[in-house]
Amino acid sequence: MRREFKLPDVGEGLTEAEIVRWHVKVGDTVKINQTIVEIETAKAVVELPSPFEGVVAELMGEEGRTMDVGVPIIAVDTDEPGEPALSAGGTAEAGQALAEDMVPSIPEPPAEEKRTPVLVGYGVMPSSSKRRPRKGGPAPALKSAPAPAPAPNAAPAQAPAPAPAVRQVPTSVAVLAKPPVRKLAKDLGVDLATVPGTGPHGSITRDDVHAVAETAAVPAEVTRAAAVPSGGEERVPVKGVRRATAQAMVASAFTAPHVTEFLQVDVTETMEAVKRLRTLPDFAGVKVSPLLLVAKAVLIAARRYPMVNSAWDEANQEIVVKHYVNLGIAAATPRGLIVPNVKNAHALPLPELAAALGGLVDTARSGRTQPAEMAGGTITITNVGVFGVDAGTPILNPGESAILAFGQIRDLPWVVDGQIVPRKVCTLALSFDHRIVDGELGSKMLRDVGAMLEDPLRMLAWS
Amino acid sequence: MTADVSLGDQSPPELVQLLTPEGERVEHPDYDIDLSDEELKGLYRDLVLVRRVDLEAVALQRQGELGLWASLLGQEAAQVGSGRALTDADMAFPTYREHGVAWCRKVDPVQLLGMFRGVNHGGWDPVEHNFHLYTIVIGSQTLHAVGYAMGIQRDGAESAAIAYFGDGATSQGDVNEAFIWASVFNAPVVFFCQNNQWAISEPLEKQTRIPLYRRAAGFGFPGVRVDGNDVLACLAVTRKALADARSGQGPSMIEAFTYRMGAHTTSDDPTRYRVADELESWKLKDPIERVKAYLSKNGIADQAYFAEIDAEADELGRDLRRRCLAMPDPQPLAIFDHVYNEPHALLAEEREQFAAYLNSFEEGAR
Repeated sequence: MRREFKLPDVGEGLTEAEIVRWHVKVGDTVKINQTIVEIETAKAVVELPSPFEGVVAELMGEEGRTMDVGVPIIAVDTDEPGEPALSAGGTAEAGQALAEDMVPSIPEPPAEEKRTPVLVGYGVMPSSSKRRPRKGGPAPALKSAPAPAPAPNAAPAQAPAPAPAVRQVPTSVAVLAKPPVRKLAKDLGVDLATVPGTGPHGSITRDDVHAVAETAAVPAEVTRAAAVPSGGEERVPVKGVRRATAQAMVASAFTAPHVTEFLQVDVTETMEAVKRLRTLPDFAGVKVSPLLLVAKAVLIAARRYPMVNSAWDEANQEIVVKHYVNLGIAAATPRGLIVPNVKNAHALPLPELAAALGGLVDTARSGRTQPAEMAGGTITITNVGVFGVDAGTPILNPGESAILAFGQIRDLPWVVDGQIVPRKVCTLALSFDHRIVDGELGSKMLRDVGAMLEDPLRMLAWS
Repeated sequence: MTADVSLGDQSPPELVQLLTPEGERVEHPDYDIDLSDEELKGLYRDLVLVRRVDLEAVALQRQGELGLWASLLGQEAAQVGSGRALTDADMAFPTYREHGVAWCRKVDPVQLLGMFRGVNHGGWDPVEHNFHLYTIVIGSQTLHAVGYAMGIQRDGAESAAIAYFGDGATSQGDVNEAFIWASVFNAPVVFFCQNNQWAISEPLEKQTRIPLYRRAAGFGFPGVRVDGNDVLACLAVTRKALADARSGQGPSMIEAFTYRMGAHTTSDDPTRYRVADELESWKLKDPIERVKAYLSKNGIADQAYFAEIDAEADELGRDLRRRCLAMPDPQPLAIFDHVYNEPHALLAEEREQFAAYLNSFEEGAR
């Protein structure tokens, strides 16, 4: 007989989960407790074991789809002759009913349906609570019940009293929003300061953020080409860093004709500058590394040669020149290579750029980089020097036209004023998209970055 | 007069071990144990069956049949070793993870599932098994254990109490209060701390600057650290501590040094806060593998025996699943049943009101 497995709540109050990967396909034989699927909830990625033994008849959710708890996700044809449904299925349904009982019920769904807050997760969708029919119309029992004991369900019935005329919070005061709401706003590119809060004490709710994001999305569509990408980003589910990397690299290598050029540079002065920057009070508490000055040099070069900071638009046969820089930093993490970017890096003062780079890398290493932080990059630096190598031929991050690899810095014999002296030397490698950037332009860009690292004063001169 | 700035014992921590991870028997000057082949095989069986119960419960939770489960994976030896050290008259006070101790106290595993399935508040009679109900609040059971031990003392009985708790609980006020009461009243209680290195996502170094067992000295009773993945050492050390308690020598603390191989509970994702290397290094110290190695190297048990236990474990898993799914839903009015020991006027009134409310539905109370 056909048995269906409903998506369970695996984490105390979760209401939905995304299908990450199926471990079985239609026609496969499964055993009890064999892993059938990986799902991702707001809390974790977990593997679900099969509660049935038999042959997979149907998968109801494709990978990447978000499903509500309680919805069937897989059907299995079992050998059981129908009757055993009573022994297992029957009680499973009892469990389901129990689970429904444990969900805080909403006696009167308010006209405008909202999620009901629970301990964990984003709250219960209104549709998931049902009312049992009462005898003889609404709540007769309440009348007969002694006054001091309101029926248990009555308390939540008092819909959140219409927030006493939302107080206008002065913008200088920190906005009130719970951490998940803040994260949502970040993901959607919504500035919380612009969101009117309708929650308790004027706090901002998920619905408030969604409302602003939706209204903001419309004009963003029209002015997409010109606008700085501070809104309208799409949140793309990431399924495995490895797969994402492979797809991106293949796409890039086979669409953009790559050229790579190399330059060996004496960075002794840069190392001196790094040391001196570290002693400045402006840089107290932030990490100052050679990467910071490489980043600054790239930003300056990108402004001098805007075509290196552009994208090839195949569909429209246009080159999209970007007058802002979202500076990508390739980071090796325990989960694989990821390339988060510093948004609007061109506009950041040096100490803020240093802080942003440090935060980016720390977040990446701890595996907490959000998709939005990886989207919308315009040019990338990859610090292959940390692996102890001199150079490589980096592959472009898709949608970008240049990437700079920055090799290890080591002491080498170098000729200065006719004398051989030990100097700090490193190799730069610049790959660019030859559809957009010619050898001359790429060479200028690389030469200028090298010149700024040889003499950081040039950064002042050219910025 | 000079201030005493001594930080106490600064020597490296010592670990009592009788069976190495490779399954070699080693001697210890203070602790020894002499078990028959049947007893050794029995410990192996306990460890395997307890792990199997735990695996089935995790699967049931993932299938939506339990609301939550706290896995004991990796801590089987600490629980079975200490659990088998108890006599029938001793009283154990568990946290919510002591499924292995429950097994030793002859609690039917399906009874452990009731609370996690939401059909009861603990499915066994604590008096029948001398095993208290699971305590979700962190550390409060240590106070219950001390109170119980003081009762034993006043009864003049020949038994002891044992309190289970984790490394995180040592930071709780309740646990420190329990230590003090036990110490000053010389109560016959053993504080059995399973240091599994993680209090949910909080690592041990956020709980203590000294090895946990050395805290005992500050409270005025002995403390010892035992290899929590060594069932023989856990059994020997707990037996000694319980014997001391029963003979009027007061409380002691055992720190079973172990590792939580799974998540804190099924709602947790440990990959977000700990590295895979740590898990891999502890896999090499598995509590079951070392016993298996010892048994087969010394010809105490053979493949046939191991296969027989595996088959028994699978049958236990199947049976547990079947009986879990068959657990009846509780009647709503049952929530009033065990609030007070004696009849209670206010509660009776509330019960009546709730019954009336339930009867207001067309299909009646359910």
